[in-house]
Formats: sequence, structure tokens, C-alpha cells
Amino acid sequence: MNIHEYQAKAVLKEFGVPVSKGVAIFSADEAKAAAEKLGGPLWVVKSQIHAGGRGKGKFKELGPDAGGGVRLAKSVDQVEAFAREMLGNTLVTVQTGPAGKVVNRLYIEDGSDIEKELYLSLLVDRETSCIAFVASTEGGMDIEQVAHDTPEKIISFSIDPATGFMPHHGRTLARAFGLSGDLAKQAETLGRNLYKAFLSKDMSMLEINPLIITEDQRLHCLDAKVGFDSNALYRHKDVVDLRDLTEEDSKEIEASKYDLSYVALDGTIGCMVNGAGLAMATMDIIKLYGEEPANFLDVGGGATTEKVTAAFKIITADPNVKGILVNIFGGIMRCDVIADGVVTAVRDVGLSVPLVVRLEGTNVDKGKKIINESGLNVIAADDLDDAAQKIVAAVKGTK
Amino acid sequence: MAILVDKNTKVIVQGLTGKTGSFHTEQALGYYGTQMVGGVTPGKGGSVWNGTLPDGKAAELPIFDTVEEAKAVTGATASVVYVPPPFAADSIEEAIAAEIELIVCITEGIPVTDMVAAKRALCGSKSRLIGPNCPGVLTPEACKIGIMPGNIFQPGSVGIVSRSGTLTYEAVFQTSQAGLGQTTAVGIGGDPVKGTEFIDILEMFLADDATKSIIMIGEIGGSAEEDAAQFIADEAKRGRSKPMVGFIAGRTAPPGRRMGHAGAIIAGGKGGAEDKIEAMESAGIRVSPSPAALGKTLASVLNG
Repeated sequence: MNIHEYQAKAVLKEFGVPVSKGVAIFSADEAKAAAEKLGGPLWVVKSQIHAGGRGKGKFKELGPDAGGGVRLAKSVDQVEAFAREMLGNTLVTVQTGPAGKVVNRLYIEDGSDIEKELYLSLLVDRETSCIAFVASTEGGMDIEQVAHDTPEKIISFSIDPATGFMPHHGRTLARAFGLSGDLAKQAETLGRNLYKAFLSKDMSMLEINPLIITEDQRLHCLDAKVGFDSNALYRHKDVVDLRDLTEEDSKEIEASKYDLSYVALDGTIGCMVNGAGLAMATMDIIKLYGEEPANFLDVGGGATTEKVTAAFKIITADPNVKGILVNIFGGIMRCDVIADGVVTAVRDVGLSVPLVVRLEGTNVDKGKKIINESGLNVIAADDLDDAAQKIVAAVKGTK
Repeated sequence: MAILVDKNTKVIVQGLTGKTGSFHTEQALGYYGTQMVGGVTPGKGGSVWNGTLPDGKAAELPIFDTVEEAKAVTGATASVVYVPPPFAADSIEEAIAAEIELIVCITEGIPVTDMVAAKRALCGSKSRLIGPNCPGVLTPEACKIGIMPGNIFQPGSVGIVSRSGTLTYEAVFQTSQAGLGQTTAVGIGGDPVKGTEFIDILEMFLADDATKSIIMIGEIGGSAEEDAAQFIADEAKRGRSKPMVGFIAGRTAPPGRRMGHAGAIIAGGKGGAEDKIEAMESAGIRVSPSPAALGKTLASVLNG
């Protein structure tokens, strides 16, 4: 689960991490009061969307010469003017895709005098199975580009969970940034506090880009991007409260209600599969035969008729879907249960596009019998290959 | 021969009295006499679990409060964990403390920081952990630990290792259809932090005389497949190699989107399918273009 920058900064502030003073606003009428509260003389007006590249992003509704999604203001009036221009408009950045994202929230923040920009992030490193720090002197840039062009400028190290963040980790961090004296001490404190925040809030990702050194020699987090481990949300109600549903795909929200794992994609063939790996493989084989999947959907191991019906509704609600492929390899999930679910769902929801069903595994004969005797217009497939070819052929036939 | 489990493996079930634990224990007991010897449910020690096997026969198992006690009484060598996510890491760590040789954790959805701690507890211990978020381990007609469907297996010569549950079944099904059968199938699980990696299992398959060929199924995210490919290439240089087929799920997955498994995400420019396929191909692993052609591809590799 992701949160906005201003929420991330509020979380980090609880752990003593240095962030700027700021006020989040939801309408332009709040801009003046927010700016006056902060006092100036310099303000930053920042679009709050769950995507990076906001500064270089462009608003769809404004001309190409208009400002980006993050702007520097030098007066209260300017803050207000920017707020009116930005709120409610659609910001397109390198990470939003061409559709962009509507800006519903702004964060008005104190401006900072920047001497140098650095990069710092924390994540769970699969190779060491530990929380790891990634630090670089190249702040404010696309870190993937830095990793590609100048890998020697990226320093990473893991924290042993048995010891936690030790002073030597702080020294390593300071050296990675090329800091000494008081700034080195600040780096150690910052590292310790960020590690504590990451662990106690069950974050999956924490990125400060840029981390800055101010002109008066303070380490300061100018931006903050935080993601949380969705498996751990049950123990962080305060984090769940930060969820902004307007940032998420409505079909994905609906799917999550039924504990379905769903990701919306751009293609034409809707997929319903059990198991994440098989669901991905099903997408791949559709592509192999020349069509594109409309979604990733894993109904999981404990699918019921209700879940299968919900999955069907979500798939058929997508206007791009021109055909549906159901691919089930019953292990513990029994094929007859799935078949019952599919038949019930089709009767309930209706079916206006070709449907191919491939069943294999536990109780496969019972499952096939249910489908065959249902009288529904379902194309049966023998195996995965057959299923993919049949749905692709059926969709091509409708074009 | 096989790896990890055989007919002598004695298994206890952590979370036996839950719905999932009960159901899969009945299935396992019904699979060629897999030795399920007891269960652990704190607070229910001393009572007896009653189950019904797939063929309708009744079965019962003793329940213990702790893993240590269960091991002492039953002589268990392995444990399977069906405990819900908030308590699963604790159960794994209890099994490690009791020096259970093989721990298989089926539970999906364990917080990753819990697994970071559990993985640390494995260091220097006497235990091996498979999973979490995995379908388990199965040696045909000998021992079934976990949730894999036993009916698609057939004793044979292919070792199967996979990050994905249902794709493991595809590989098993297809190798059975091709008449090759399996030595052992191991699902290592879809989480980013897990007990056992591809390399560990590949090492066992290379060392197992009965395993004549190997299927490895990976997916997007991380670099475990690249590491495994490097391992296979290095071993081949030392003169140790077996015919191998691979598959990577998620070629069409867009970057930055998590595909069901917590570990299946292309992030930071890493973990894409093409890099993995290239690494595997250059290590001499024949990568099947289609998940439907695993058995056929292996058969064609074996027939030269």
C-alpha cells in the first residue's frame, strides 16, 4: 500500500526524521491560510499523487508552457494562484502513463536552501534477507539511471536483524555521502531513525530523494516516498487509515473486497486463473499467440461460488474485454466447485463475449460434466495451449 | 532415491486443528501412507485429532502443546506449518528451536519483517525451511507434505523446483503425461524472503542419482533465477550437469505492479523476465517459450 508524500513525512516526523513544515490542502480556498501559517518567504506547492516525476510532469488541461506538478512560490498570492491552477487538473508524469492522475490534494511546504542533494532508500533485500540501505551522492536524479550509468556511486549495505542499526552502519552511511564532523553524526542519527521507522511500521519501501544538505549544514528530507507491506497492515490500523482510494483502480478495489488478487492491464482477453504463477503464465501464453491480456486475476486456493461470481463481474465490467479465458489447475481447489461457480456467474451476470474454460486436476471430470450439461455457450479446452489458441481465435473472429 | 522427503519421513502438523491443517492432513494420510505422526496446537495438548481419510476410513493423531514435546514423543523429522499469518513466523521459530530437520511453511501472507527475523533464526540452526507461501514437497508414492494434488504425480526421473504453486502442478502433470515421472517436486514459495532458494534445491537434484533431469520454474522479481543460472553454469564447468528445462512466468507483466506473489514485481529496473531467460539459456538451460510445453521441451532435450 502506498501513501502520499505529506502522509509519509508525517509518519517519518514521529520518528524524529527532519522534514519541512507543511500543510496539506484539498481546495484552493485553503491555500492562502496555509501559506500565511507557514510564513514564507519561500513556499513549495507540491501535487500529491501516487507517482514520481511530478516536478517534470505536465498538466493535461494547461498549455505546454505552464508549470509542472511541483512549483516554487515567492508570495502568498502566488501560492494561491498555483493552487487554483493545479487542483482538479490532470498531471501526466513518466510514471502515471499517458492518462495521468487528477490532483486532488496539494502539499504547501516551507522552501529550503539547498547546498547539495543526496539519495537514500531502505528496502528488504532478497539476497541477504535483511533490511538494506541504498545511498548515493547523486540525489535528485532518477536512481535507476545512476545505477545504470555510474554503479560505483551507489553504496548499499544490509542490517543484521539481530543487532539492528549499529554506529558502524552510521559511519558507513556518512562515508557513502562523503560527510564528516557534525553532518556525519546527523547521518548516523538519520539512518537509525529511518531504520526504526521502517521496521516498526512494516514498510516495504522508504525512499528519500532528494535528501539535502541545507546551506546551514543540516541534513533534511525534501521528499519522501513510503510503501507498506500489505501482509502487515493488520497490525497497523493507523497506516490503513492513510489509504487514498481515489489513487487506486476501482476494479482493483472491488477485487480486494473479495480477497481476489487483480491487476488491470490494457489488453482484450480477460483471465481468471488459480495461482499467481499460473495467472502470469496464462497472460504470457495469450501474448505468445498474438493477443494481450486485459488483466491478471488470481482467484486463490479457496475460491467459492461467490468469489468466482465477483471475479466474473469485475472482468466483464471492463469494456476492453473481448473474450474470457478461465484456466484452473485444481490442486486442493476442486474443478467441480469452479465449474459450479462459472455456471452460476454466467447465468447471473450474462455473457456477451466468447468464454473458454480449461479445467485440470482434482475432480476434473465432474467439472467438465457440469460445464457441458449447463447448456451455456462455453468453449471447452483440453490443456493450456489449446485454451490459449481457442480464446485468441475466438477474439480475432469478433474483430 | 529422492530429495528432502521419503517414506521414512515422519511429519508433525503445526496448526493441525485448523480447517486447512485438518483437510490437508487427511489428504496426506491418504497419499501412500505418508507418515503424519501428530499435531501441535497450543492449549490442546493431550487431546486427539480425529479425521476422515479420502477413502472414508477414520484416522486419529495425538495433539501436543509444543513442537519439542511432539518431536520427543513421535520422533518427528519434519513439520508442516498451516498456522495463520500473524502467528506463522513464531511457529517456524519454535520448530527451529526444537531442531526439526525439515520445516515446510504453507502459510501465505506472513509480514516480510517477521520472515527477516525467522530467516536469521535459521542461521547456524539444524533446520531447513521450505517456503513460506509454498505448496510443499512431494516424493511420488512415498511422502506428501503440503497441498500438492497427489493424483497427478508418477514416480520417475525428473526433479521439479518452482516458485509458483499451480505452475509446479503444470510441470508435474506434463512430465507425467510425457511418461517421465518425478523424483521429487519442491515448491520454494513466492515470497521475497524464504527459507530455501533455487540453488539449494538444484544442488540436491544434481547430487541425487535418481534425478536424471530437472525442471526449474521461476517468475519475475528478484535475481534468484540469475543466481541459479550462474550456479548451474559453474557446476557444468566442474563436470556436473543434468539436462534442464526452465520457464519464467511474467514476461508480459508491467513494471512496478505486484503480480499476486509478494515477490513477483519488476522494480528498480531489476527482476524482468528477459534477463532471467537470457541468463538461463546461456547456462545451458532450455527455456520453454510456453508454460504448456514444459514436458514436451524436456522430452525433446532428452531425445537430443
